[in-house]
Amino acid sequence: MAKQIIFIITLLITLAIFAYTVRRLYYFFRITKRFPIKNYVKRIVLMFEVSFLQTKIFRKPAIGFLHAMVFWGFCVILLGSMEMVFDGLTGSERAFYTDGLWYKIIFASGDIFALIILFAIFFFIIRRLFFKIKRFAGRELSHKNHIDAYVALSLIFLLMVSLLAMNVFYCVENPVPLKGYYPISSFLAGYLKDMEHESAMILYELSWWWHILLIFLFANILPYSKHFHVFLSVPNTFLSRLDPLGKLPNMDNITKEIKLMMNPETAFATPESGAAVIERFGVKDVEDVTWKNYFDSLCCTQCGRCSSVCPANLTGKKLSPRKVMMDLRARMNQKGPGIIKSGKDFDDQRSLLNDFTTKEEIWACTTCNACAKECPVNINQPTLIVDLRRYLVMEESSAPSGLNMMFTNITNNGAPWQFSPEDRMIWAKDIPQNMKI
Amino acid sequence: MQESQNIEVPIMADVFAQGREPEYLFWVGCAGAFDDRYKKVARAFVKILTFVGADYAVLGKEETCTGDPARRAGNEMLYQMQALTNIATFDNYKVKKILTICPHCYNIFKNEYPDLGGVYEVVHYTQYLQELIANGTLEMTGELLNDKKITFHDPCYLGRANNIYEAPRAVLKAMDTQHVEMPRHKSFALCCGAGGGQMFKEAETGDKEIFIERTEEALKTGADIIASSCPFCMTMLTDGLKYKNREEEIFNYDIAELVVMALDI
Repeated sequence: MAKQIIFIITLLITLAIFAYTVRRLYYFFRITKRFPIKNYVKRIVLMFEVSFLQTKIFRKPAIGFLHAMVFWGFCVILLGSMEMVFDGLTGSERAFYTDGLWYKIIFASGDIFALIILFAIFFFIIRRLFFKIKRFAGRELSHKNHIDAYVALSLIFLLMVSLLAMNVFYCVENPVPLKGYYPISSFLAGYLKDMEHESAMILYELSWWWHILLIFLFANILPYSKHFHVFLSVPNTFLSRLDPLGKLPNMDNITKEIKLMMNPETAFATPESGAAVIERFGVKDVEDVTWKNYFDSLCCTQCGRCSSVCPANLTGKKLSPRKVMMDLRARMNQKGPGIIKSGKDFDDQRSLLNDFTTKEEIWACTTCNACAKECPVNINQPTLIVDLRRYLVMEESSAPSGLNMMFTNITNNGAPWQFSPEDRMIWAKDIPQNMKI
Repeated sequence: MQESQNIEVPIMADVFAQGREPEYLFWVGCAGAFDDRYKKVARAFVKILTFVGADYAVLGKEETCTGDPARRAGNEMLYQMQALTNIATFDNYKVKKILTICPHCYNIFKNEYPDLGGVYEVVHYTQYLQELIANGTLEMTGELLNDKKITFHDPCYLGRANNIYEAPRAVLKAMDTQHVEMPRHKSFALCCGAGGGQMFKEAETGDKEIFIERTEEALKTGADIIASSCPFCMTMLTDGLKYKNREEEIFNYDIAELVVMALDI
């Protein structure tokens, strides 16, 4: 009974902190713009492919395989964690136990996966510490970001240690008949068979608490960490842009304006007073991005696969698609609370554009979509980069001179170069056709 | 025996005035019309069209930029003006099928004009050629390319943007050539560096030019010919070969040009 009460109190504290986090994020999301979601069937299929089959993570097969094992392991182990919460709440023991094969399979694979994850995470930590992985060394990664990575990895490592400890002592404590099947732990328990029943029971209880408290802690750290992707990746793949990568979203407000301009009846009419709040073209700051952009930024785990394939980044330019995502998240953390407090007009004399993501970065993008293709969780960086350009061009008229020249050429003579439309058929003169007869 | 005569490229306005509606609008694109190197590609493709007796016409002086470089550089206003103008022209000629050589034009017609009401069947010329090869219309028996080693550079707007990886390769494989891949190919392909408006501006400061990085990768394959199917990629790779002083021995050809060579027309 005492255990139950303590458990309920810790769970309530956990949920309360989590609720606070969610509430804060909810207000942040309210600052952003709309992004309609349709085609649910297609999305479920996509989510299945990208998340559960890990198709994009396998673009790097070796390290991708390790990640996939961790992911699939988490999925199985999650079922056991759910049982633990249920047990804790009701005071039951192994409440989901049934005599059938399923319980055995799930708990056996959970036990095996715990060991696999333990090794994988150990390798990830070693790799981060001692291997010189270029994508873990971007300019945008501060000391804090590296600490964040180690904290998350260590937590997962400890989660697996506690899970295995729990299973081992469970096996020691209950020689016959075990609920579930634990191939790794029962093997390890063999070495402890002389342990007193009493101590095994205490150690089981201790590791049970250790594991569940770590889960609670982990869940509340994640939303403030780059490892938020543990929660958000699956939904993010569900919410993916379904359009081909080559397609940019249309700006309907511009279409409306051009149509008004082209229509002789409306071209010179005075606009209806107060018809609409004048909307900013493109993205300057957090209030201009869509909620999906912000979701992307929260989901980014800074793996750097995007930047490692970015042609600009590869050739030493400042642009890093990963940084574009990190900037958005950081800027929201900076400006979001102010907007929540003082309303939409809050101004801290800073902005996402310039103070976080600079013009030099934005103009270096070739819109080749390598970053978006590579992102294991379907983040779309190029649309945001183009939105930042849209602000620069249409609100500030501050494109690089070469681009301004190109705009002028298209406007004046319908081609990006300075050629007269009258000369458009010169290429077709005197094409010999040596048809064989 | 050979008979030589010049090709008359049909202009949409003339064909339409005769009461005919051609099956395809062949969209030449600004590079095909104005870029000295790419003009040759437009000419090569027209040779193929004539060879297979395609029913097509070009817009000629009525053609104007699709708006792609403006759009990707952030000038949505200019893009939409161009797009709406083009859509009006297409409506005028009841255009249903558009053939493009430039992947950027392909992408914008296929994916972006529909948002503004312009819905067409858009065919990239590599897809068109693949189809002709599949149905036996194009038999490339010429000996000009015999045993040449070719590597193909995937244009971003054909590959990643629209998932067209096989069509250009199918065309190359139908020739009597050897095919080698660069380490980064298909969806992993490295951009030539010209997309997103880069073609028209100075590159930002870095430690290398993108087109050099890509050219070096292509050269490492030991290929005799670097094939591409995009005007921007062609400019970049040709410049890369010049930069590397290899332009005398290694050649950058567009797939349309290679087909003309392989057909020996």
